[in-house]
Amino acid sequence: MAEQYVGPPYRYQKRSTMALDKPYLDVPGTTVFDTDQAAKGYHLNQFAMSLMRAENRERFKADPDACLDECPMTGEQKQAVRDRDFNRMIELGGNIYFLAKIGATDGLDYVQIVSSMTENDADAHTEMMLNGGRSPDGNRYLHEWQHERERD
Amino acid sequence: MARITASVYTSHVPAIGVAMDLGRTETPYYAPLFAGYRPAREWMADNTPDVVVLVFNDHANAFSLEMVPTFALGMSARYEPADEGWGARPVPPVVGHPALSAHIAHSVIREDFDLTLVNDMPVDHGCTVPLSIMFGQPDAWPCRVVPLVVNVVQYPVPSGRRCLELGKAIRRAVERFDEDLDVQVWGTGGMSHQLQGPRAGLINQEWDNEFLDRMINDPEGQAAVEHVEYVREAGSEGIELVMWLVARGAMADLAGGGAPTEVHRFYHVPASNTAAGQLILEDAPD
Repeated sequence: MAEQYVGPPYRYQKRSTMALDKPYLDVPGTTVFDTDQAAKGYHLNQFAMSLMRAENRERFKADPDACLDECPMTGEQKQAVRDRDFNRMIELGGNIYFLAKIGATDGLDYVQIVSSMTENDADAHTEMMLNGGRSPDGNRYLHEWQHERERD
Repeated sequence: MARITASVYTSHVPAIGVAMDLGRTETPYYAPLFAGYRPAREWMADNTPDVVVLVFNDHANAFSLEMVPTFALGMSARYEPADEGWGARPVPPVVGHPALSAHIAHSVIREDFDLTLVNDMPVDHGCTVPLSIMFGQPDAWPCRVVPLVVNVVQYPVPSGRRCLELGKAIRRAVERFDEDLDVQVWGTGGMSHQLQGPRAGLINQEWDNEFLDRMINDPEGQAAVEHVEYVREAGSEGIELVMWLVARGAMADLAGGGAPTEVHRFYHVPASNTAAGQLILEDAPD
């Protein structure tokens, strides 16, 4: 697995010390969209949601900066959208079902959007899926990925 | 009186709908999947219900982050297919059953399930893809639909236990509805898949098949499984499988009756990013 996809920045860096029970923070390569993420990503997700309307998709394609400037999301979120960096958008509070509408506006399907977050391109991702997908073995706990990084 | 006749379980992968809409069901990629669906369609042709209580999740189409209802029941006479960003699917509108919706709402809210009642909503692939899988491409869907939309997108999502208990309450409600109707409950979504992050593409065939076994034989046990196991073992979007427990809860064996009959079970990898599963359980006769 390529180094740049394994490491930070992911949720375990920002592990909450509050009393809320979030056992899912221990799953590697995964950001569970919870109420904290939703609060962080509200405007990013609502912007993506606006692309459900064909006229908004056309407008965003014609003048992306104008559309982004109208939206009260953070500069980091805007840059992640400009970069089409879906991992970064998710880290900043995006949720895949909202963000997929940005990919849809670009004419991408779910395999293309999803594979962009992994070590694979769309063809290699499709091949992996045809071969049974990514195994859960070695992919269940953060420490399994940290060991892998140390080995690399 | 109305009666529950069967429960149906299926994935609702959007690419399956696209494959049908674009006439790609006989391609080498999709032919095995649709061959696996054939027995379900044949059974359905002989067992078409009057109404389906269709349990699915909205994927940021009917509901934005303005409102995140945990359980939302559709109350309308008609639901339009949503434009999810690629244009609306070319499928018929979904025809509702407002009187049954109102009855279910009245009954289950009084049993402490705090449903959100929705009078106006589009329905996305979570609803239309199961209809396409089970009914093909008719000019109009052959039955009415009461949509039950479960939040499985923003955590915390309802527990498996809560979903199973809601299914039991829906059975009690349907059995008290004073109209002669055959009603099926469909639980949709899953199976294992993860659509985000570097772990995307996760599939767990062993876990999925054990889930199918437990859905049939030990739904109460499955209802006790914590969310984090779904995330860890079946991927972040595999949590959709808790919705199957609503349909399972509506079967007679959980209300003191006989065990359901398994008439169809199918599992296939992949459908796009996802493991596709399908199960049909006929309710025990009275």
